[in-house]
Amino acid sequence: MSRAHDEKPNPRPPAAPAPGGAGVQGVSKRFGAVQALAGVTLDFPAGRITALMGENGAGKSTLLKILAGDHQPTEGSVVVDGRPVQLASPTDARRTGIRIIPQEPEIIPHVSVAENVYAGSLPRAAGRRLDRAELRRRITADLKRLGFDKVLDPDLLGSQLTPAQRQLVEIMRALTGEAKVIAFDEPTSSLSEHEVDALFALIRRLREDGVAVVYVSHRMQEIFQLADRIAVLRDGALAGVQDAATTSEGELVRLMVGRDLSAMLSRPHVATDRLVLDVRGLTTDDVRDIDLQIHAGEVVGLAGLIGAGRSELALALAGDLPVRAGTVTLDGGRLPSGNPGAVIRAGLGLAPEERKAQALFLHRSIRDNTSTVVLERLRRFRFVRRSAERELAQEYADRLQVRTPSIEQEVRKLSGGNQQKVVLARWLARKPKVLILDEPTRGIDVGAKAEIYRIIADLAAEGVAILVISSELPEVLGLADRILVMQNGRITGELDRADATEEAVLNLAMADDIAPATPGAAA
Amino acid sequence: MSTTTNTPPATTGSTEARKGAGPAALLFSVGGQNLSLIGALVVVLALFGALNDNYLSISNIQVIAEAATITGLLAVVQTVVIICGGLDISVGSQAGVASVVSAMAFTGAGSNALAGMAAAVGVGVVIGILNGVVIVYGRVNPTIATLAGLAAYKGLAQLISNGRAQGYVLNNDVFVFLGRGKIAGLPVMVWILIVTALAVHLLLKYTDIGRNIYAIGGNDTAARLAGIDINKYLVAVYALIGVVAAVAGILLTARTGSGQPTSGSEGLELKAITAAALGGCALKGGKGGIGGTLLAVALLGCLENGLTVEGINSFWQNVAQGALLVVAVVIQQRRSGERAIGLPA
Repeated sequence: MSRAHDEKPNPRPPAAPAPGGAGVQGVSKRFGAVQALAGVTLDFPAGRITALMGENGAGKSTLLKILAGDHQPTEGSVVVDGRPVQLASPTDARRTGIRIIPQEPEIIPHVSVAENVYAGSLPRAAGRRLDRAELRRRITADLKRLGFDKVLDPDLLGSQLTPAQRQLVEIMRALTGEAKVIAFDEPTSSLSEHEVDALFALIRRLREDGVAVVYVSHRMQEIFQLADRIAVLRDGALAGVQDAATTSEGELVRLMVGRDLSAMLSRPHVATDRLVLDVRGLTTDDVRDIDLQIHAGEVVGLAGLIGAGRSELALALAGDLPVRAGTVTLDGGRLPSGNPGAVIRAGLGLAPEERKAQALFLHRSIRDNTSTVVLERLRRFRFVRRSAERELAQEYADRLQVRTPSIEQEVRKLSGGNQQKVVLARWLARKPKVLILDEPTRGIDVGAKAEIYRIIADLAAEGVAILVISSELPEVLGLADRILVMQNGRITGELDRADATEEAVLNLAMADDIAPATPGAAA
Repeated sequence: MSTTTNTPPATTGSTEARKGAGPAALLFSVGGQNLSLIGALVVVLALFGALNDNYLSISNIQVIAEAATITGLLAVVQTVVIICGGLDISVGSQAGVASVVSAMAFTGAGSNALAGMAAAVGVGVVIGILNGVVIVYGRVNPTIATLAGLAAYKGLAQLISNGRAQGYVLNNDVFVFLGRGKIAGLPVMVWILIVTALAVHLLLKYTDIGRNIYAIGGNDTAARLAGIDINKYLVAVYALIGVVAAVAGILLTARTGSGQPTSGSEGLELKAITAAALGGCALKGGKGGIGGTLLAVALLGCLENGLTVEGINSFWQNVAQGALLVVAVVIQQRRSGERAIGLPA
């Protein structure tokens, strides 16, 4: 899947850095125990396009949110025109000349394009009436100035717009008033090729106008087409800034990865030949033709970028999303679809991606949260046997080393790592044959991570078939016996433990064009 | 990152922090919310007791208890539906339908009390299931669905009764017993409330069904992913409301002697919801209990009776009730620390 960008010549002469621009100076950001950004110093010079790359969770979004005034840095500051500025709110950032184009534009559905663009500063006639004539004059002039007059009808309603048009509305909003810095957050993810070309033409014009452009994307091809310089974030720190003319795709990937979790992740590999989960041609609204086999004691990693369809696959297997085609067999029996309760009874458990939103009852105790899926084993007639429940919850809290004064503690008062252990305790108590762990270590500190890796190793040793979905490549590489990579709702490749490298996984995950070939196992 | 095996201080105390016996433990188990309710109740009793000698007499307490019974029944089931994240503002109208049906079926079956009650409960179940189905499968917000029910069931009761009180049931021993009888010195109606409340309390606190109800209200996504059949539960809870509202309707008939389409049942939804909110039910679901609700029912009943005894205009009582509901919810939201931005969650 390797593509030949490495030696791609860059015909563009490097533009002379204009004065102005913006940047961040020693910016750090902590969320509770998680260090999202650690001392990042990076400038976005005027009249240049700076691409921002990094794995999921590397800190790109946090950096953008700090620029946007959504988050305030724990340390350091945003710098505009060489001066540090305090951005207490998005309004402050806007006033300073910083604009962020979000990945999903916020469009008001039932009003016109014109009103969407100027929302918040609509022209007024006497008596606070909307000045429609002035609105029309403004939108016509702005559309013409930006060259959008052919593609965007100002009278369309927000709900009638295509994804590309929504993006244009967001860009027009950004360009009202004086914009010094414009950041694009993966703008092309919902655009067609033709629309991408138009967007790139606009971005290049912004550069010529002396705007500092920040461009966040996972797509190598685009970045080499567009960017003058490429900044790579890793684990919240700046891993390096490269000149687009001289760097290579391989070099960027090397900068993005490269951590040493190996010692923490090492475990005996105990996969057996006994097939436990057999998925054939599974198709849902989000994923297509998924073939997936997991054996007893095997840990299969599922890698891919956010939005590749991994969590949707997990939810479909758990019976929460409807299945359109394909079969799932668990231990020789057909796994029911569309009924989470039946799936659990058949022996499949899912620890979902968002533990607070999808797994935990935050206002209930550890005991209550642990026993949720085993109540039917704990009850006599319909009454839950309290002492048995307490023993069970205590047993798993001890085994997973949940740090809490008591199992009667409300789960919302626990740290992220301990909350995740409670989710795992729930499934350990159920003793499933297949356990799907979606981002099991997201947002938790290193110590708790190590403990969760140990729990996964123990489960595998007990013969559970495990699917680990993770956006942290070292984690997938370290834990899994075998790695499947998804992109755009499909499995684009399978790598064995022996020949899986971060580069290989990233190549499969970021491949712009999908090679149809996957392992010959497909039915 | 060095990877020393992070041996945690095994703080997971193997002895759970058990609450020992004693007054402190008793206070703890009653809970802060309930303590403030008990405090408010004492204040109300002391205030009206000082203003009026008769207020604290046995006979007046009994009047309060009987008047609060029907509200109490509806508040108990309202508590259940609020815990699982729903709401039912059609409970009063449901009781009205049941009252009319019980009296008319009684008369139609040749003064057969059993037939009257069975018909009322049957209609209650149907209405409850209808509410549940509209909400779950019609995807109608519970407030809207039962607001529609509030109007529609009231209209239904007026239609079948022609808007007039129906039948006369006090020639029947069973109805007389329900409305006027006593067991061990307590009115039968109060006994019915006690038994219902106890049963629902046991259901909520000690069975897996109750656990699942709290789970659904606390986090419906998590409940679904934990394999709980949410739809079945919600329809069943609304059906339970239908049954209990029917019992309330039957008691209304027994007390007044005839089937009442609206009088006596109108406005009960407000009282039931106010009691549940005052009693500590989070309107977002997942929190609350029967104990708090019953205390709030007692408080509301004593307050209403006191105001009446003091000759306060009943219009003011409506204002007071509305204010009380809002205050109860404001306090609740304050406690949950929700930020004041946009519409409340």
